[in-house]
Amino acid sequence: MSNRREFLKEMVAGAAVLGTGAQLAFGQTREAGKAKVVIVRDAKLRTPGPKPDEKRVAAMLDHAMQSYFQAQNPVEPWKQLVRPGQVVSLKLNCLGRALSPNVALVAAICERLQQAGIKAGDITVWDSHSRDLQAAGFKLSTDPGSVRFTGSDTTGFETAAVSYGVVTTRLAKIVTQSDLVINVPILKSHNLCGVTMAMKNMYGVIDNPSQLHGTACNPSVADLNMIPEIRQKVRFVIGDMLTAQYEGGPSYRPEYTWNENGLMIGEDRVAIDHTAWQIVERKRAEMGLNTLEKAGTPAYYIATAADAQHRLGTNDPAKFTLIEHSMA
Amino acid sequence: MKTMRNRVGVAVALLLGAGLLFATGCKRAASAFPASGTITGWDKVGDTRSFSADTLSQYIDGGADQYVDAGVGTTYTSDYKYQGTIEAVVDVYSMKTPDGAKKIFDGDPAIGSKTVELGDAARLYASSVVFRKGRNLVRITAFEQGANQADALMALAHGVDSRL
Repeated sequence: MSNRREFLKEMVAGAAVLGTGAQLAFGQTREAGKAKVVIVRDAKLRTPGPKPDEKRVAAMLDHAMQSYFQAQNPVEPWKQLVRPGQVVSLKLNCLGRALSPNVALVAAICERLQQAGIKAGDITVWDSHSRDLQAAGFKLSTDPGSVRFTGSDTTGFETAAVSYGVVTTRLAKIVTQSDLVINVPILKSHNLCGVTMAMKNMYGVIDNPSQLHGTACNPSVADLNMIPEIRQKVRFVIGDMLTAQYEGGPSYRPEYTWNENGLMIGEDRVAIDHTAWQIVERKRAEMGLNTLEKAGTPAYYIATAADAQHRLGTNDPAKFTLIEHSMA
Repeated sequence: MKTMRNRVGVAVALLLGAGLLFATGCKRAASAFPASGTITGWDKVGDTRSFSADTLSQYIDGGADQYVDAGVGTTYTSDYKYQGTIEAVVDVYSMKTPDGAKKIFDGDPAIGSKTVELGDAARLYASSVVFRKGRNLVRITAFEQGANQADALMALAHGVDSRL
């Protein structure tokens, strides 16, 4: 994989991590038309304690966003991503409870969105079940004047069904009522479809996910992401890889988790999932486990999402740029 | 004719017996959750929830399929808290047959675990315990790490084991 990809590794000044306002020189040139995936890792994320340091989490987010958008300050990327007056929601994946998007990461995203001109009341942080959100450490709130934290089981689904390919479903109202949905998934294995990161997280925006798990979720995942509201509104991924899981998912299985201490961001959901898949395979190999395919849980849906019928993105490493940063 | 009647009678008796065993097993699984204070340091938080094979995906999403494939009947789950700090969950998957519980148990990689004496077979990991007993598969998962966690998890696991 590394021979075919463009790896740009960059050490970041410690001053930036500590938020002293130092300007970062990213230096990458965004190649027109070529997808990009940015990964930022921080080996010191958990020092001194076992939990991620909140300031370092926020610094990682800033660094990843500035790298991706080639921006010189932390707010500028968000101004490229959103416009004042828009309704923005963050779709999390809290099924794993302890293996859910980091609370400080979500807080940092909400803060930057507001600094970019989005009103707090126009931001909704959500997942399928309010109970899961709460168990993951988020305080439920429906106060219209502040950021809302809720589940689609509370806010409901559209009456009319939508379809593409093998998928017929009803969308969560939060999706249809948002101008932009930021996908904030978790990296973990999945005992049916191999790996779950960006595209599979869309199973949490519909009312009948359990009907779409057959044949390794293929082509269901790709078809679901083709539904116009999902394809057009869920345009950016901020993947939480602080802790990831290489076996036993999607349920939380602490015995199979590891600290990747990273974030992965990008617009190309297929390139994100392909990269995520490779990370899980690498960890499985390190732990002496079979590949996902040999284990009977192939991630076929990723190639399907890239095929001529779907064209949701690229799974060809030659066609996207992977940029990896390490925080100093 | 008499032989036929006898055969039907035996079949009905076997079916009734199997049904009774299943119902008894479900009742046991449903009451396998120690009440607060009965295991030192552990408090039961909230009510025990149950999910049928049809509704299990509401609890564990795509994770449900492997249990359904292995013949899960009812799943029971309850939250616990140890000394007010460590949150944990106890899941009891009541399968239709002991083979179902064995299939799930044997399918888990044993990486980083040690074998412990509990039920018919058990593994202790850093933050979890999994064991099977008859047709029940039990997972106890801690959501934080703390001092003496392994001992605490084992104490709770023994409490569940003794009630199955």
